[in-house]
Amino acid sequence: MSNQTPPYAIELEGISKRFGAVQANKDICLQVPKGSIHGIIGENGAGKSTLMSIIYGFYEADSGTISIDGEQVDIRNSQDAIKVGIGMVHQHFMLVENFTVLENIVLGAEGGAVLKHGLSAAREELKRLETEYRLDVDVDAVVEDLPVGLQQRVEILKALYRGAKILILDEPTGVLTPQEADHLFRILKSLKEQGVTVLLITHKLREILASTDNVSVMRQGEMVAHRETATTNKDELAELMVGKKVRLKVTKDTAQPTGTVLSAKDLSFFDSQGVERLKKVSFELKAGEILGIAGVSGNGQSELLNVLSGIAPLSSGEIQYAGQTITASAPKNAAQMRDLKMAHVPEDRHKMGLVTGFDAYEAAVLGYQNSEVYNGKVLMNRKAMLSECEQRMTDWDVRPPDPFLKTANFSGGNQQKIVIAREVEQNPEVLLIGQPTRGVDIGAIENIHEQIVKLRDAGKAILLVSVELDEIMALSDRIIVMFDGAVVGEVPADQADERTLGLMMANAWNEEKGAAEA
Amino acid sequence: MSQAKVPVWVNVGLIPLLNILLAFFVSGLVFLAIGQNPLEAAGYLVYGAFGYDAGIGYTLYYATNLIFTGLAVSIAFKAGLFNIGGEGQAYIGGLGVGLLCLWLDSSMPLIIIAPLAIIGGAVFGAAWAYIPAYLQARRGSHIVITTIMFNFIASSLMVYLMVNWLKEKGMMSPISRTFQESAWLPYLHDVFSPLGLDIGNSPLNLAFILALLGCVVYWGLVWHTRWGYQLRTVGTNPTAARYAGIDNAKVTIWVMLISGAFAGLVGVNEIMGVNHNLLLNFTAGYGFAGIAVALMGRNHPIGIILAAILFGALYQGGAELAFEIPSITPEIVVVIQGLVILFSGALENMFKGKIEGYFLRRAAA
Repeated sequence: MSNQTPPYAIELEGISKRFGAVQANKDICLQVPKGSIHGIIGENGAGKSTLMSIIYGFYEADSGTISIDGEQVDIRNSQDAIKVGIGMVHQHFMLVENFTVLENIVLGAEGGAVLKHGLSAAREELKRLETEYRLDVDVDAVVEDLPVGLQQRVEILKALYRGAKILILDEPTGVLTPQEADHLFRILKSLKEQGVTVLLITHKLREILASTDNVSVMRQGEMVAHRETATTNKDELAELMVGKKVRLKVTKDTAQPTGTVLSAKDLSFFDSQGVERLKKVSFELKAGEILGIAGVSGNGQSELLNVLSGIAPLSSGEIQYAGQTITASAPKNAAQMRDLKMAHVPEDRHKMGLVTGFDAYEAAVLGYQNSEVYNGKVLMNRKAMLSECEQRMTDWDVRPPDPFLKTANFSGGNQQKIVIAREVEQNPEVLLIGQPTRGVDIGAIENIHEQIVKLRDAGKAILLVSVELDEIMALSDRIIVMFDGAVVGEVPADQADERTLGLMMANAWNEEKGAAEA
Repeated sequence: MSQAKVPVWVNVGLIPLLNILLAFFVSGLVFLAIGQNPLEAAGYLVYGAFGYDAGIGYTLYYATNLIFTGLAVSIAFKAGLFNIGGEGQAYIGGLGVGLLCLWLDSSMPLIIIAPLAIIGGAVFGAAWAYIPAYLQARRGSHIVITTIMFNFIASSLMVYLMVNWLKEKGMMSPISRTFQESAWLPYLHDVFSPLGLDIGNSPLNLAFILALLGCVVYWGLVWHTRWGYQLRTVGTNPTAARYAGIDNAKVTIWVMLISGAFAGLVGVNEIMGVNHNLLLNFTAGYGFAGIAVALMGRNHPIGIILAAILFGALYQGGAELAFEIPSITPEIVVVIQGLVILFSGALENMFKGKIEGYFLRRAAA
């Protein structure tokens, strides 16, 4: 063996992992040079998460070897991974919300029974890390008071504090504003300068191109290509990911909106803790248009969907819909709104849109379970439910087309198709749709977008909530931006650009405009 | 990406079996500690429960009560509610059965009394469950606490009613008068003997058939009606239920009414089938044992029948054991029952993770 190249930070050879009939990883080889940012890109279900879980010790590979800094290692659990210098920042943060930053960072590494000694030692060490990597966080702040961007920094610090020389980030920008994401990438760059190796898992092409040195593409459990980022482009990567040419644009004609079908006036909503989640939100929704609601998640979009669909009661304000006036004193529940032909694809299909323990054909009638189509006199009409479910599975290309499969065992994209098919096939007048393509792979995204446009062209009104700016811009005819429970601006889709929307989402647009005018 | 799956038989067969064997093993140690041969004791126990016709009859008679209370606990659990009040609901259900029998036994034939008494038991049991259900659904009082309290209230109420109102005149003990035979639910051995079948004399009566019917009703209700659909949605994903426009409070109340009705049917077996009068403490802990039966039966009617028969066998075989070996007191038998509940109920997950992990790895390999 020649010693001409220095050992790689991570070298994987022939990693395979099988779950039952599914080959999640197949003969994966990967070489990550020390001190580089390496992107791994692939559709959902391509096997990225499985691969990272193997590196981090959540799963054991069936075969293959992992070498860290040229030495073969045996990683059986996350303790082993930490020992060899691997740190992981999960998509969903693993922080104790009501602990301070410092307490969170020492959690699991307290160093002795008396907390005080460990904490003061940690404080010194953190100071060093913060200056070394330029990661400014107030270590005494309580985590739940921090914005998500800072919480993520806490996660990174946590990994570094445990001596990580290799940092794995799993879909790190899903919850960030574009500005916060840019900041994250600056941090990653400075980590790299200090010799940390970064492994970035994402399905966003833009981020890969903007921040990585090298990129590897996964498709259906296999590593299909390695590229130097400088020598590739968006189209090539997208093609490698799905294996065929894809359009990143939605083709649609200009909207032909007609009359207003739903008008919301001064909607307010206080949650059970008395926090005002919606602040006097007003808008009009017209037939034949897609109204996009942009915003960083947690700025009132979910609550807006909930009050419109009847899941949560209004605190004040009124909704005019289908000849009815809905107010705090004259509420309508979700079943009544459905009867008024309002369909709702919720943002979180696991928490709300599906019962994952149900068979697919049962989940396919959720919300419409009392409809006479699905019921006999006493018993439910299982035959009708099954034949309709089979038909929809064919029409919507749900895979596998098995109505008896537990909903939990479908991939995210197929679960989403089950939900969207259920709502769209009821032929609603208004469709509320939240995060239509979250966790859905590119092939299915295209299909879902087409269906939404088709519904619009059929003269229906669509309210689209998404945290993906690309999606909002591609689909919407009109865009409303929400921040902190209030509408902060409205832009026609053809005049929207990422920068403007991003600034509005961070509520910095007006300030900047004001500064420019001054 | 679909996940590797644990074979069904592991969850419904292997794990409960291992838990029971472990309980028996520890019971064996207890027998050794008091100087008895565990194998000999086990022999008596199994013979007592299954070794002869009347023994089987007793086992199934006990199982009847346990099926009712098991179904009661289980259907509430399907909606995410923990009904600890089976005991009280069975007690009040029995009161309903007894009152109807006392009222009608001299004027009506069995064919009319029986269905009325069954309805009466169910309605009384349901009514007793309604109050905790209402408090949970509309006032947010925790159903575990209220149902426990209602067991005590039921118990005191029965003592009051028996002593002051229902006791037969001139009797020292708080027992009502014996019903006339028109209000006796036929024993199964009496039903079978005209057919030339001798199944041995035991208290096993037609209530057992009612219990099996109850299982069928449970199955149809939970898995084949829109009501069961709503109930399962509320139990597995309350947020999705709200999204689907299902009224959680209404479902809570309904499911508790049905749960109470199932428990109330214990009264049919005990009062109408066996004792033929109203008395105190006929529920004898069946309401609580129903929790273990439901847990062990994996909230499925077939599982509940099997678990009820196991516990019935422990009741019957245990009584036989205490009779055959005088140094084994009934308390020791309670210890065995306790161990079975401990290992198959409370410690249910002790092996689960490891065994499932083993099968997952095997499936993955």
